[in-house]
Amino acid sequence: MPSLVLSVKQKTLLSKFFIHLACLLPLVYTYNLAIADELGGDPVESIIHFTGIGAFNLLLLTLCVSPVSKWLKSTVLLNNRRLLGLYAFTYAVFHVLNFLFFEVQFDFSLFINEVFDRPYITIGMVAILILIPLAVTSVNLIRKRMGRKWQSLHNLSYLVVTLAAIHFYWSVKSEIIEPSIYIGLTIIVLALRKRKLSRLIGIQK
Amino acid sequence: MLIKSRRASSISENDVTPENLYHDRRDVLKKLGFLGAGALLSSSKSYAGGLDFFSSKDEGFVTKALQFKQDALAEGEILTPEKKIITHNNFYEFGTQKQQPAELSQSFKVNPWQLSISGEVDNPLTLDYDDLFSMFPLEERIYRLRCVEAWSMVIPWIGFSLQALLKKASPNSKAKYVAFETLYDPEQMPGQKSRRIGGGIKYPYVEGLRLDEAMNPLTLMSVGLYGKTLPPQNGAPIRLVVPWKYGFKSIKSIVGIKLVKRIPKTTWNILAPNEYGFYANVNPEVDHPRWSQASERRIAKGGLFAKNRIATLPFNGYGEEVAHLYKGMNLRKYY
Repeated sequence: MPSLVLSVKQKTLLSKFFIHLACLLPLVYTYNLAIADELGGDPVESIIHFTGIGAFNLLLLTLCVSPVSKWLKSTVLLNNRRLLGLYAFTYAVFHVLNFLFFEVQFDFSLFINEVFDRPYITIGMVAILILIPLAVTSVNLIRKRMGRKWQSLHNLSYLVVTLAAIHFYWSVKSEIIEPSIYIGLTIIVLALRKRKLSRLIGIQK
Repeated sequence: MLIKSRRASSISENDVTPENLYHDRRDVLKKLGFLGAGALLSSSKSYAGGLDFFSSKDEGFVTKALQFKQDALAEGEILTPEKKIITHNNFYEFGTQKQQPAELSQSFKVNPWQLSISGEVDNPLTLDYDDLFSMFPLEERIYRLRCVEAWSMVIPWIGFSLQALLKKASPNSKAKYVAFETLYDPEQMPGQKSRRIGGGIKYPYVEGLRLDEAMNPLTLMSVGLYGKTLPPQNGAPIRLVVPWKYGFKSIKSIVGIKLVKRIPKTTWNILAPNEYGFYANVNPEVDHPRWSQASERRIAKGGLFAKNRIATLPFNGYGEEVAHLYKGMNLRKYY
């Protein structure tokens, strides 16, 4: 009988496989519906909300990885952090591209006006721009070369999640309960790093 | 009046008729001499959309065919498909997400109904459910609807002019404004019961017009769309349609119309006065503080890749009929 005990490497591979499935399948499925005009009355609004909320969920999950794996003493979990973070970035990029492609439909002057004139869009855009260097430097080789600077750079993810929470809250007309829940979740993931954050802010003072 | 009922599950001709044929076909009949034959042509369930999952439990709201005088579609315009009109709704009484009203309103009771016209009038009156369909001859009005969220539709409404109704009540000389009120019934409207579902606006929903706006021939009291009575998600049994103003002015499921002396309170203005004014005329020059109003996406057929962004017109393209109402007014101030 083959042993059911998996090595850390095997467990990591297996969990990565499931993360790929869990992140890619809904994306492909939802885009298919939207393209076929099966995603509600306005597929554009639906797909923008889907990718925006998806990016936020994945970002929060990514930020849960290190505290939870410390608590569980799990290497496997920590090995998945980068993949989750990259999917958060992917969803966020789709979110912006949806706005450019399907909402303003390549009207670049409208796109730029909206980004600069509307504070909630400005904030969302800043969050995504910050995510770009984080995604690029997630490659292992670069990470090693950066040494301690890598962690300082990636501490910016705390700023990104805060901006995302404000962006969501500011974008709604009156239905503030859902964005308020996300603000709460953001405060929780930040509170898990209370000491680190107060040290970071202390340094800046 | 002639009312044909169908079970929600029964498929009708209309379910298999594309929107472009809907009008062509009626034109043919009109030419054959079947004027006012609307009742022969259309009767179907209100589309249940996401409710399909529950269709074994819930038959869905049953709409009824109406008799009415037909309107013609303007050159170059395409009707928004019925399915989209009845599944993409802002009606927070039944949930803030666009698909929610179609899902959460199917057991809404519209009969019996009472609509009262009161206040500064010589002849206050109350219409019951049948009066809504029989007191005035019904006519179709194909109007553009522009939502403040920068999307729009083209909708074949059926109804009668508010002017006709108000004349019947005969407003007195003190009447300067018209105040409207939606039904308040938290047992039937989950959004009024739960802040989570209803988005935290103040209920009952209230709206208002200046008397001359209310008396404009374009201003419609709608009791139907696409040849049938309104489904609840679109404001059954009776709603206002003011096509040159943002959609939130067109209050749904109305129980009270009151002629008043002073400018009435309006729901979105109470919530965010800097974002939603009393007038709320469609105006590409005056942006919402959080998004541009210069253009809009016209919801018609087509999925994600539909090229549907078009320029927004002043007064939603009805300037010829209504611009004179606002002569000399600073529309940036009175947005």
